[in-house]
Amino acid sequence: MYKEILTRLQQGHRTMKFPRGNPPALPDRLRGLPRVSSEKCAGTCRDCAAACPTGAIDPESKAIDMGKCLFCVDCAEACASGAIEFTGDYRLAVSRREDLVVRDGQKEIELARALDRKMKRIFGRSLKFRVVSAGGCGACEADVNVLNTIGWDLGRFGISYVASPRHADGIIVTGPVSKNMLLGLQKTWDAVPEPKIAIAIGSCAISGGPFAGSEAVAGGLDSVIPVDLYIPGCPPHPLTILDGLLRLMGKIEEKRAK
Amino acid sequence: MKKTLNGQALSLSALVPLEFSAFSAAIIKEVDSGKRVCAYFGSPSAEKGSVDVFAVLADDSRNQLIVGRSTITGDSFPSITPRCPQVHLFEREIAEQFGLKAIGHPWFKPVRYARSWTGKDAWDRPQGEPIVPGVGDFYRVEGEQVHEVGVGPVHAGVIEPGHFRFQCYGEEVYHLEIALGYQHRGIEESLIGGPTARTLHYMETLSGDSTVGHATAYAQLVEALSRTQVPARAQWIRGVALELERLANHIGDLGALSGDVGFLPTASFCGRIRGEILNMTALLCGSRFGRAMVRPGGTGFDADAARVEALLRRLAINERDARNAINLLWDNQSVMARFEDTGPLTRDQAIELGVVGPAARATGLARDVRYAQPAGIFRFAQIPVSTHDSGDVFARAYVRWLEIQRSFAFIREQLCCIPSGPVLAPMKPLAADSLVVSLTEGWRGEICHVGITDERGAFSRYKVVDPSFHNWMALARVLRNQGISDFPICNKSFNLSYCGHDL
Repeated sequence: MYKEILTRLQQGHRTMKFPRGNPPALPDRLRGLPRVSSEKCAGTCRDCAAACPTGAIDPESKAIDMGKCLFCVDCAEACASGAIEFTGDYRLAVSRREDLVVRDGQKEIELARALDRKMKRIFGRSLKFRVVSAGGCGACEADVNVLNTIGWDLGRFGISYVASPRHADGIIVTGPVSKNMLLGLQKTWDAVPEPKIAIAIGSCAISGGPFAGSEAVAGGLDSVIPVDLYIPGCPPHPLTILDGLLRLMGKIEEKRAK
Repeated sequence: MKKTLNGQALSLSALVPLEFSAFSAAIIKEVDSGKRVCAYFGSPSAEKGSVDVFAVLADDSRNQLIVGRSTITGDSFPSITPRCPQVHLFEREIAEQFGLKAIGHPWFKPVRYARSWTGKDAWDRPQGEPIVPGVGDFYRVEGEQVHEVGVGPVHAGVIEPGHFRFQCYGEEVYHLEIALGYQHRGIEESLIGGPTARTLHYMETLSGDSTVGHATAYAQLVEALSRTQVPARAQWIRGVALELERLANHIGDLGALSGDVGFLPTASFCGRIRGEILNMTALLCGSRFGRAMVRPGGTGFDADAARVEALLRRLAINERDARNAINLLWDNQSVMARFEDTGPLTRDQAIELGVVGPAARATGLARDVRYAQPAGIFRFAQIPVSTHDSGDVFARAYVRWLEIQRSFAFIREQLCCIPSGPVLAPMKPLAADSLVVSLTEGWRGEICHVGITDERGAFSRYKVVDPSFHNWMALARVLRNQGISDFPICNKSFNLSYCGHDL
C-alpha cells in the first residue's frame, strides 16, 4: 500500500487544463487544417491530384476535401510550387459534410455547431456513447480511447463510453463501414433510444478513406445513418476529437469563421 | 524449394513449381524438422482453372527462409492440416479466396466471410445470396448443464468487432471458438496491380497500431524489388520508430491488463505513458501512429539534432515513469494471483500452432525476426531476445516488460549515433517476374509480406500475414479449462488485431 501511495505521488497530477487553460503542446510536424494558396499554383500540372491517394483534391476549384484527406503530405510533396501546406490548426470538426471542403485561400472553416436548445438540455451535461468500429484499423479507436486516460479525463465533461447501446445517447463510428459490420452497426444504432447522435471519426468513417470504392466496404457512415458530427483525420489527434465533442456540447464556442 | 533471405528478391523462373503432393510433403517434412510456416497462400494463375500456391517457411536456426511453389488444378486440394496444424487457417484462406475445397480439413470454415476472387465457392453457397459473417457451424459441447455463451461482434468497450462463442460447464470454459471477418476491407484484392498512390496507405492501415511495422515490411519489399539502397540514416530512424511503436503498445497492454484485474494505479499511469510514447513518434513525423514516417526508399522525415535531443530527454522521463508504474504489478499479490497460471500455453502448443511474438517468447521460444531473420538496422545493432518459460498471462505480461526495457535501451543507444546523410533514396521501377519475402518483428510478432510481380513489374499478388493470423488460435486454445471470467485478461495478454487478421 505504501509503495502504491509513493508511486502515486511520483506520477503526479496529470490532467490538462484545457479547455479552460491552454491546449496541450502539439508536435510541430502535426498536420492539421490544410491551406491552399492558389497564387503559388500555376494551375496546369495537377501533380497534387495525381499524388493524392483518395481523390481528395479538386484541381479545378483548388479545394481539398478533408473528409477524404489522409493528411499524408503526398500532395504537398508533389506540389513543386508549395501551394499546399498543412497548418498546425487542430480544430477540424464540423456539423455538415460540405464544411469539410477547404477552398482556395480559406483560413478558417465553419466549425461544428452546438446542439440545439432542446438537445443541449438533454445532453449538455451528460453524453454517453457506444463506440462501434466498422472496419477501423485501430488508430482512430485508440485515439478515441485515449481521451479516457488521466491526461484528458473525458469524464470531467460528462462524456463517457458505455458498454451497451441501450445505455447510450449516441454512437461514435470509426472505419469505412465494412459490409460485414453493416448489420451489427445498424442493430446498434437501432438499439440507441431517441433522440440520438451519430459521430463519424476519421476519414474512413466519413468517406471510406483509402478503402473507398472497395466492394468490401459501404463507404461513409452518412450513407447508412444521419451524421451529426464529422471529425476528419487519419487518425485525428485526440485534441481534435475532444474539441469536436466539446463544440457539440456547446462547451467551446469561440472563433467561428464566416 | 528454394532458399532465400529476408528482403531478398528471387526470380520467379528460379522457383521451380513442385507437383502438389511433393509440395505438401515438403512442407510437412520441413515443419517436422523444426521450420515454421510464415505464409502459405494462393495466387491467380496464368492458366485458367488452376491456382498457383506459394509457401514460405522460416529456418530460424540457419537464419534463412525457404520458399516453395506449386499449382492446384481443379476445385479442391488435399488438406495437410491433420499432419501440420499450423497451416489450418492458411488452407481455409486459400479455400475462401479461390473457391477451392480443402479435402480432409478437420474444421473447414470460411475465414472472413467474403466472396472468392474466382467466382467459385468452396462451400457451394449460391451466388446471389449474401454471406453473413459468424453464421454457420460452431463446435458444440453437448451434455446436461453445458451451456453456450455468445459474445459480439459488438461488445463492451472500445474494441474491434469479433464473435466469440464459449462452451461452458458452469464457470468453466470447455471450448472457445472465435469467428472473425467483420473488419474485412478487401485489402489484398485491392493490392493486386499496384503499387499505386494508395498502396503505402493500405500498409499503414492494415493494423493501425502496427503502422511502422507493416510500412517497414512493405518498404523493404519494394526496395528489394527495385534494388534500392536505403540510406543508413533512414534505417536508424525506422528502427527507432519501430521500437517506439513496440514501447507504446507494450506499455498500453500492461496498463490494460492491470485494469482488467482491477488494479487501477498501473492502469491509469500506463494509459498516460503510452500516450507520451505516441507523442514521441509524433515528434518525429507529426503523427502519433507513425503515418508518413516510413516510405519506400527511406523515411519521410529526418531527425535533426534538436529533435534527437528532445527525444532523448523524453525517453529518460518516460522510462523512469514506466519503470515506476509497471514494477507495482510484480510486487502486488492480488495482481500476481490473477496473472499466474492463467491461460497457460505450452511450448509444444506454441510450436504446433506456429505462434509468434511475445506470446511465443512467453513459452520460452526464442522466436524473434530481429534476431533470427534480421533486416535493416537489426543487421547492425542487436536486441537481446526476451523470453520467459511459464506461458501464462504472467509470462506474456513479463516478456512485454523485459522488451520494454530492451527497447528503451536500444532507442537510447541508437539515438546517440545516428549515421549522417540523406534519409530518402529515389525509387526505381520494380523488377518483373520476381518474388520477395519481407519480415519485420512488429510488437505483436512476425509481420510477413510476400510480393510477387508480373511481367510489367506490377503486383500479381501481395500477401500480408499479420502476427494475429498465427495467434488467434492460441488464444482460443488457452481458454480451455479456464474460468470464463478470465477471458478478458487472456484476451488482453495476446491483444490481437482483428483488422490485421481480416485485412
